[in-house]
Amino acid sequence: MVQLTSEMKRLVDSESGTVSREIFWNQDLYDQEMEQVFNRSWLFVGHESQIPNAGDYILGRMGEEAVIVSRGRDEKVHVFLNSCRHRGNRVCRYDQGNSFTHVCSFHGWTYDATGALVALPYHENGYDLMDKSQWGLLQARVEVFHGSIWATWDKSAPSFHEYLGGSDFYLATGLMHTDGSDNGAEVLGGVVKWRLGCNWKVPCPDTDTTHGWITHRSTALALGVGATGNPVRPREDRSISVGQTRSRYTVSFPEGHTMGVTIPEEGDPGWEESGTWNERPAVREYLREKFEERKKRLGLMAHLSVGPAIFPNEGWLGRVVRIMHPQGPAMTEIWTYFFVDKDAPQEVKTELANYYELYYGPGGVTQQDDMENWYALTIASKGPVAQKLDLNYQMRLSEPPLHGPTEFGMPGLFAHNYSDENHRRYYQRWAEVMQAKDWGEMAPTKAAAAKDDWMKNGNGR
Amino acid sequence: MADLLSHEELMLRLEIEDFLYMEADLLDEHRYEEWLDLLTHDVRYHAPMKRNVSSKEMDKELTREAVEMSWFDEGKDTLEKRVAQIRTGVHWAEEPLSRVTHFVSNVRLLDSGSDKVGAGEIRVKSRFLVHRNRLEDEDNTWIGNRIDTLRRVDGEWKISRREIYLDQNVLLSKNLTNFF
Repeated sequence: MVQLTSEMKRLVDSESGTVSREIFWNQDLYDQEMEQVFNRSWLFVGHESQIPNAGDYILGRMGEEAVIVSRGRDEKVHVFLNSCRHRGNRVCRYDQGNSFTHVCSFHGWTYDATGALVALPYHENGYDLMDKSQWGLLQARVEVFHGSIWATWDKSAPSFHEYLGGSDFYLATGLMHTDGSDNGAEVLGGVVKWRLGCNWKVPCPDTDTTHGWITHRSTALALGVGATGNPVRPREDRSISVGQTRSRYTVSFPEGHTMGVTIPEEGDPGWEESGTWNERPAVREYLREKFEERKKRLGLMAHLSVGPAIFPNEGWLGRVVRIMHPQGPAMTEIWTYFFVDKDAPQEVKTELANYYELYYGPGGVTQQDDMENWYALTIASKGPVAQKLDLNYQMRLSEPPLHGPTEFGMPGLFAHNYSDENHRRYYQRWAEVMQAKDWGEMAPTKAAAAKDDWMKNGNGR
Repeated sequence: MADLLSHEELMLRLEIEDFLYMEADLLDEHRYEEWLDLLTHDVRYHAPMKRNVSSKEMDKELTREAVEMSWFDEGKDTLEKRVAQIRTGVHWAEEPLSRVTHFVSNVRLLDSGSDKVGAGEIRVKSRFLVHRNRLEDEDNTWIGNRIDTLRRVDGEWKISRREIYLDQNVLLSKNLTNFF
């Protein structure tokens, strides 16, 4: 762990497992976050399936700021700030479209699909000394990972691969086709966006395994299913009782990425067997066929499908990506992308869309209750008395995480399924990034020593 | 100039308006089970999202039913589940129940007896303003229009289809816990 300054340690103390409420309310800290966290991190801005053709574009966000995510004539993905270099006006006002030019509505400065300044009125006479090549829309660095598009403003940031710190192993499983082939997922039309009165960090660390039994109790009572509809496999028998489940862990990386991982075992049921699909027969039949193909491709690892929360503001729920865009200390705009296999029959896509609409998003029976709590904790933490009380992340503080089972080559630091380890690591990383002057200071030190015999020794416990 | 309404048309419109106002009362008085009874067994309840698109591409403004994502795309089975969830007493987003008021106006009959609707069906367009006040100071307003298809079942009007067009792009409320 990077040594924190005393001021930062006052806010985030991983050793005692406490976090100050100030980091969810303080405007100065928020302003610092915009510079230190959002202007330097790799951020999710969309998926290639949203812009399949040259000239296609969508809007994305990086921190508070809007970006245009565009496919140029060169077929490459470009990401640039949606703010005219002339007088700062918003250049693109549409959520999506196809155009090889973006014309500013103020004075007509015109940019192409790569963000380059290609035309401006009165250029010949009025701007004879100006070098147009220097006045394109601000370019972000872009990397495409299994179809997902990531961007950063920081030229000195490590590659996205290095930034993932080994979590690419899991991220790929979330983005691949159900049949286990590398690509082939697409985003269903319509990014679901809504505003929620809480700090952007509140929904970020994954997973919060101990909230579901009460937050989502009404879903269980009324719909008779797990809180998230358990989109991939029936694990209810293992996960309902409080205590270590045999194969489910919270997994984190020193880079701040957090997730829940179920270690595949021989005899695990196929995805089609999940009770989630009882009322969705087309999905079940489709999964039956595709999961067989996945097993042929991936073997036991076919069962692995992990949506890792990539630091700082990307997260997953099943096959749904949600991005927490900051809008001030106590306001977040959540953008949600729903994935399906591109070549799945329409009937399957429709059933999945209906499934997503029922559980996820602002109208989702599950997420409604998350939002209620996240908003209420924001309101109840506002006062000067509450602000002085640190939040508790002490669950299983005394159990250091262990490296994953090397026999599967699964990377990451594995902790008990019911543990705050992921939250501690997320906020520790947040603090490190907040205080670091450069990426050299951010280089994570590998935490716990590997214990190769952890699986043999009662899962290391 | 529009044709004057005949006496029958006028009476039908009053009947339909009264139906919609009665429905709003059921929702605002939390009488959700009675509200469910106003829906046909095969009801579709659909609220597409609205994109910001070029005025020349307005055909792409709305997300497409069953193909793209919507705020809601429900059948009676899932609407019943939503009501059951509210009744659990531990659906925190509606515990305690929000204070909700539906304003329904600009009621117009679009089609009756035309080929756009089945026999015994009628299409009606209305505007809504739905206000939700929750706990101390949480306050939301949703405005838009609805196009309903009503069907006569055993002499009673039932809703067989409701299209909800909410005038928002980014939803400006933390969730959607109520019916439109």
